Amino acid sequence: MGALDTLFRQFDRATVIAFGCIVVLLLIGALAEPAFLSPKYLLQQLHVASFLGVVATGVMLVILLGHIDLSIPWTIGVGGMMATGAVGILGPGLGVTFAIPFGILCGAGIGLINGLGVAYLRAPAMIFTLGMNAVAQGLMVYHTGGFAPQDRATEFMRELTVGQLIPGVPNPLLIWIVLGAATMFVLNRTTLGRQIYAIGNQERAVFLSGVDTRRVILICFVFSGACAAATGVLLAGWANRSYQAMGDPYLLPTIAAIILGGTNVLGGRGKYVGTVAGVILITILQSMLSVVQPQRYFAQLGLDMPADTFRQVVFGVVIIAMLLLYGRQKLLR
Amino acid sequence: MADSGATPLLRMSGITKHYGGVRALQDVHFEANRGTIHALLGENGAGKSTLIKVLSGVVQPDSGTIELDGVPVQFANPTEANDAGIACIFQELSLLPDLSVADNIGITRPPKRFGLIDNRAQRRVAEEALARVGGEAIHPSTTVRELPLSRRQMVEIAKALARNPKILILDEATSALTAADVEKVFIMLHKLREEGMAIIYISHRMNEIAELADVCTVYRNGQKVETFEAGTRSDNAIVEMMIGREYESVFPPKADNKPDVAPVLKVRDFSWQGELNGIDLDIRPGEIVGLGGLDGQGQRQLLLGLFGTLIGATGTVEISGRPVKLSSPKHAKSDEIGMALIPEDRKGEGLMLPMTVRENLSFAAVEKVSRAGIVDLKAEEKAIDEMVSLLKIKSDGIDGPVASLSGGNQQKVVIGKWLMTKPRIILLNDPTRGIDVGTKQEIYQLLQNLAAEGAAILFYSTDYDELIGCCDRVLVMYGGAVVRTLAGRELTETNLVSAALNLPAGTDEAALAAHAKEAAQ
Amino acid sequence: MSAPVEAAGVERGGRRPRFKFRLSAAQRGILIAIAIFAVMFAVYGWKQPVGLTANVINTASNKGALLALVAMAQTLPVLTGGLDLSVGAIFVLANCLASTIVVGDPVSTTLGIIAVLFVGLLCGATNGIIIVYGRLQPLIVTLAMGAVYFGIALALRPQPGGSVNFELADFMTRSTFAIPHSAILLLLVVVFIWIPYRRSVLGRAAFAIGSAEQAAYMSGVPVDRAKVLAFALSGLLAAIGGLLLTAITYSGAAKISIANDYTLNSIGAVVIGGTSLFGGVGSAIGSIFGAFVMRTVGDLLIVFDINPVLQPLFVGIVLLVAVCIGSLRVLRVKNKLDLYR
Repeated sequence: MGALDTLFRQFDRATVIAFGCIVVLLLIGALAEPAFLSPKYLLQQLHVASFLGVVATGVMLVILLGHIDLSIPWTIGVGGMMATGAVGILGPGLGVTFAIPFGILCGAGIGLINGLGVAYLRAPAMIFTLGMNAVAQGLMVYHTGGFAPQDRATEFMRELTVGQLIPGVPNPLLIWIVLGAATMFVLNRTTLGRQIYAIGNQERAVFLSGVDTRRVILICFVFSGACAAATGVLLAGWANRSYQAMGDPYLLPTIAAIILGGTNVLGGRGKYVGTVAGVILITILQSMLSVVQPQRYFAQLGLDMPADTFRQVVFGVVIIAMLLLYGRQKLLR
Repeated sequence: MADSGATPLLRMSGITKHYGGVRALQDVHFEANRGTIHALLGENGAGKSTLIKVLSGVVQPDSGTIELDGVPVQFANPTEANDAGIACIFQELSLLPDLSVADNIGITRPPKRFGLIDNRAQRRVAEEALARVGGEAIHPSTTVRELPLSRRQMVEIAKALARNPKILILDEATSALTAADVEKVFIMLHKLREEGMAIIYISHRMNEIAELADVCTVYRNGQKVETFEAGTRSDNAIVEMMIGREYESVFPPKADNKPDVAPVLKVRDFSWQGELNGIDLDIRPGEIVGLGGLDGQGQRQLLLGLFGTLIGATGTVEISGRPVKLSSPKHAKSDEIGMALIPEDRKGEGLMLPMTVRENLSFAAVEKVSRAGIVDLKAEEKAIDEMVSLLKIKSDGIDGPVASLSGGNQQKVVIGKWLMTKPRIILLNDPTRGIDVGTKQEIYQLLQNLAAEGAAILFYSTDYDELIGCCDRVLVMYGGAVVRTLAGRELTETNLVSAALNLPAGTDEAALAAHAKEAAQ
Repeated sequence: MSAPVEAAGVERGGRRPRFKFRLSAAQRGILIAIAIFAVMFAVYGWKQPVGLTANVINTASNKGALLALVAMAQTLPVLTGGLDLSVGAIFVLANCLASTIVVGDPVSTTLGIIAVLFVGLLCGATNGIIIVYGRLQPLIVTLAMGAVYFGIALALRPQPGGSVNFELADFMTRSTFAIPHSAILLLLVVVFIWIPYRRSVLGRAAFAIGSAEQAAYMSGVPVDRAKVLAFALSGLLAAIGGLLLTAITYSGAAKISIANDYTLNSIGAVVIGGTSLFGGVGSAIGSIFGAFVMRTVGDLLIVFDINPVLQPLFVGIVLLVAVCIGSLRVLRVKNKLDLYR
């Protein structure tokens, strides 16, 4: 089995369709705005996509297990707000140095609680993580309501998001590439990866095969929390500050990207390359909705609608349409 | 028996069905008459289940016609088949665990008042249906989840009967029942036959078929082999038709003179939750020890307890003379202990069905072909190739999903997965249940080979012949305790049955023979 | 001859008494929810400076009924083993629509009400149809469709405002002889929607699907229709909630925080009401009391002088505690294999 063969195996049907959709979207966009095909625009899209890519990486592992992480909006918030608030909590010296690890650690902590609840208490992930999301929200609201927190991003956080360690490659993209490569390696070549897929298929059999399935679930949730917090850190650097609802717009795009990339919502099946495709697809879709601005066209018809309406409606409809196109489950009968 | 010549109640002709590229049925004809019990025989994957699924509307055939009373019919789903008077009792239960017994029985066509379900009438219907199958002891408002497995199967049968079907299909419907309940079901089936119902019966148990069937049809590889009157063929001849080759002795010879070495597994006073009561057990390397007794006497729990899944089990376990505390399957699998458990439910406990043969085979032993958590693909490939050829696993390729394999080959994957860990102690929980004769033979031979290589084997089976044919010694369990150990010349069906019923040794031979006939499965 | 075998069988199966009095799991859930609510509301009444006046009760009932309707809406998909993350959005959409069309003379008001309810039903049915015939997971469908419904709500009411027929609003939120009309509304919904649904073929089918979908299909249960109906009724109930919200606030507002808050709280209410999140077991009546419990938590925060911004924290904790109590069985498990079902 050659390396090329291994590479090709990563491209399942959903991945190919997702990449196909990306090309089609870009071509449609190019009709309206030729700049859509310029390298600058594409690189900028990848830059933006890496924020979504990082959080989707963690959530994908959780979905592969057959669980879900609905706590990502506020875990992103926690990551950003704790990183910017580190100065206030850890003091000016430590706070600047350890701002980023602190933010990510707080996110990992949320993931840890999620993992303990789901793996050890066997609580349904959907509800448990939803509850954790509310708890994180409450804590963050308390954090900002109790005293005026430091919400400025540190210099290093700025640099991390807008700088380029390798010329031509924005740092967040680099982070996503490294993180993604590592995740791909773990999923394809390690015992942990095998166990993740196997748990998503039949946890009972995995347990009886002598695997500590709870540990695997815990690891994945912690990873998911850490990834979401990392996205929060990057977003805070990008916006140069953190704010309360910074993670809210990320729940649907994250899950949609993973599923459009061919990962089975019920767990057990999915390739990381697919998630990459899904993330880019979603990012370009969102970008096009804000650039093309279809509401202008409707305004000409006399229908004045807020831009948000379109982003919401079109985004939802397109996701459903794409899922109908190729995300359907096999009939179990 | 219905007179032939008249239009049969059911006529299926030219039925062909493919699943993907796999042919499940090829131009199959089948007829069933009123007042007849028609047995379908064949190995797993021979096409019986698919034929039944076509008849009950679960799957649609690629081609072919179905006629009821000479009228062509088509079933798009189970509801339509139900409405046409076809009731099916599947191998996998079709009960709804959170609903009451009455709700389950009335689920398809509940009695209604003012457009809503009439609970009182439904309960009456349920009581009548339960009485018909001898299940009066089951309360209609009990939630099905609270019932033991054999009772659930009674409810399942009552549910099918409540629809007053013209054709009743039982697909391995008695495999979960106790001997006494099987007897009740047989009495009921005989009565239904008298009432003129057409009954189609699928079972792997030859003695059940001998007792019940009027007509038998044998299938092999998706095609009909022959239809004949029951009693006109010997068991051997039938098995030959099923496997399509000469039928040799099923059981390979046991190795004589086993070396008298210290036991590798020594268990003393093993107890758990009142379901296991003070079990003592010794297994030497090279020994095959059987677990016998009626179904559900703690055999399953004993195997799980040894494998470390039971919390709060007491007693001592020694591996090669060293006391160990078994805490989890992970621990049981470790090199320190070297244990393997082949579970009874291969779909739920043995395999990850959608994953590839490769991933399933190497799953339990993946640490052995990995370094620092990274899988060495070459070493894995080699180990898998060895196992595939050792077990003669037949598949379209080891990178296809294990779900596409036949039942027998799936079971081989489960066994292979554990052999790859090179276990010293192998626990088997009814590994041949629902497996075709050919694969069974291969598994028996494999067990003897493993024993010859020094493995210690603990083998639970619900099939008495299997225990007699394979084991050096059989521990018979009753009420969570070992009541008798049978070995050598003592290891006979009569003794197994008498011990299973916990009768004192040396009971009247004739009485025992009668029991053997009833209770043996 | 078969006597000993018989004895063995009975010993293991256990003969059941002919008559028994045992609460079903759903009934237990309802009773527990009622008990928690009673205790919490008593504490609230005791700490309330003015005591439990008719006014206080009416306000509590109005707030509770809003969530109760959304929680009942959530119950139906959960019973089938799904989850509806769009109930909050449908609730908000109904609110925005009602603040636009439930106005004017009695005839146009009535037509407006019918239109609002119909739109709710339509939204729910759309969810159901996409899930069933598109063969997609409820979670992702309702998440995406929730965005769509919210977008439409935003189009209807870009800025908070609008109005509603005053007499209707007043009538819906008043009480008569200290009985809040919103509580009567809940009672009517239970009697005319929930109970008939529970006893109907498609309603029982929803329970059957949640219990074991494959088995339900094999038993000839109309799986597809039952699922679509469950989601459609869910939309209808959420729309009734939206209508009540309009009557209480006299206006409409498309705020994503309202939609998210109600979706989250509805799930909490369903859990507290004793409905199994795995489907098959539960009752919308339990969800009503679950909703009142959730709302009383908020009231208690106020009377105990805890910063109201902490409300999400407490809602989250209530949710975590509720699912963890459900998980206590983990401690009773004696065979580790039973953990992995």
